[in-house]
Amino acid sequence: MSNTVNLPIYLDYASTTPVDPRVAKKISDHLTLDGNFGNPASRSHKFGWKAEEAVEEARSHVANLVGCDPREIVWTSGATEADNLAIKGIANFYQSKGKHIITSKIEHKAVLDPCRQLEREGFEVTYLEPNDGGIISPESILDAIREDTILISIMHINNELGTVNDLVSIGKLAREKGIFFHVDAAQSTGKVDIDLSSLPVDLMSFSAHKTYGPKGIGALFVRRKPRVRIEAQIHGGGHERGMRSGTLPTHQIVGMGEAFRIAKKEMNADKERIELLHNKFYESVSKIEEIYVNGDVNNKVKNILNISFAYVEGESLIMALKDIAVSSGSACTSASLEPSYVLRALGRKDELASSSIRFSFGRFTTEEDVEYTLTLINHAVERLRELSPLWEMYLDGIDLNTVDWQTH
Amino acid sequence: MAYSKKVVDKFENTINEPAKFNVGRFDPKEMNVGTGMVGAPACGDVMKLQIKCESQGNTHVIKDVKFKTYGCGSAIASSSELVEMLIGKTLEEAKEIKNIDIVEALELPPIKIHCSVLAEDSIKQAIEDYEQKQ
Repeated sequence: MSNTVNLPIYLDYASTTPVDPRVAKKISDHLTLDGNFGNPASRSHKFGWKAEEAVEEARSHVANLVGCDPREIVWTSGATEADNLAIKGIANFYQSKGKHIITSKIEHKAVLDPCRQLEREGFEVTYLEPNDGGIISPESILDAIREDTILISIMHINNELGTVNDLVSIGKLAREKGIFFHVDAAQSTGKVDIDLSSLPVDLMSFSAHKTYGPKGIGALFVRRKPRVRIEAQIHGGGHERGMRSGTLPTHQIVGMGEAFRIAKKEMNADKERIELLHNKFYESVSKIEEIYVNGDVNNKVKNILNISFAYVEGESLIMALKDIAVSSGSACTSASLEPSYVLRALGRKDELASSSIRFSFGRFTTEEDVEYTLTLINHAVERLRELSPLWEMYLDGIDLNTVDWQTH
Repeated sequence: MAYSKKVVDKFENTINEPAKFNVGRFDPKEMNVGTGMVGAPACGDVMKLQIKCESQGNTHVIKDVKFKTYGCGSAIASSSELVEMLIGKTLEEAKEIKNIDIVEALELPPIKIHCSVLAEDSIKQAIEDYEQKQ
């Protein structure tokens, strides 16, 4: 085995990414007495002015990556807060217009939980089913629209599957009907082009730590033309034009700015390299019998690959792959024993849903990492299948659906 | 999932040396073989346990055991642990094995207690199957 591989191998970039060393340098320049540590809201001295300048430069980098005006970017503590601010902010501001919201069953919990909260407050929410490839069809949205619908919230790239929704079609529908359109784009930056100058999207959530920036910082795009208004969820000083109060964390903001600046510059090179790694991985893993890729392969990003290894239980596979850091579904749900709600929404049977593993590649993944991982997967799947009574039944030609299982 | 070292070791040893840890199958039609299969794919675990017995005087002794388990790491470790407890025991002694014995032997976390219950069910069923054949 190659001695250039560092164990364990990190293949969970969709969960979080390491901070790029260039970003880390930028962050550390904005912390100490000899650095740019001031409060960006301080108007009376140079420390404040310098910090404000750094914050605004970072805002431009973020805006530049996604094709919007810097004045349309509101800093938040992350994509979760951005989702909360967008959904609750629209609901609270426009509730006199209507109290119906449309979202999907495969959104991140950062969208689903605020929607649940709004239901407790008297709003109605429609949770759309994806198709079996994990895509939300514009037709299903059209069918769900009502007179009192005020908001559609649909994710761009699904965090478990990597599938990509058609923002243009959904956004056009929303525009025609005069409904606000929010998009959770936590998985998108640095992976696909986003141009908000032409996309019919009103609000978009971003995260720094999925794009080689620090955790604890994100942003919400709030369109100025046509103007979108939201009610603030955090009060205390009126920062960010009243939409999100709280002293701006300069070091995290410049970290996000630098990460997004690098993403703009290096996205194509990153994409090209990751696609090669993905193809190498997929070509080899698809030679294993009875594996299923979850999510529409023709409509997904290459940095995420979600595979079900039939007749092998997911947690045991993760345990057998202890030198590889991967996840079964979203990290936020991996403490529970439930199979992924995303895979269930695709209509995957429980046993296939619970045999799924999400591999996600990133900027620092090497070819050696992929080769080593492939060796381990082949070995682990073979061993666990040797141990699996279901595999034995499959080889004996027994249809598992006809077995009278003794559930407990 | 924070497993005890015992679970992790048992799991790893079992998958790395399946033959040594009694992974396999007997022909379920043989008269001296009892088969138990419990659990369901939809629940995330299925255990198949087979005992091969020999009659000695007025009792029957478990001479050999084979098993296969689909499930989480602790389900695999639990069945492997149970198998070791069984070999050489009389059926009466085997019936006395309770899930708590497996919980204690492996230091299973509370959320994984059901794995040990499943293991206990599998031996009960295998013994029942064997006794019906006699």
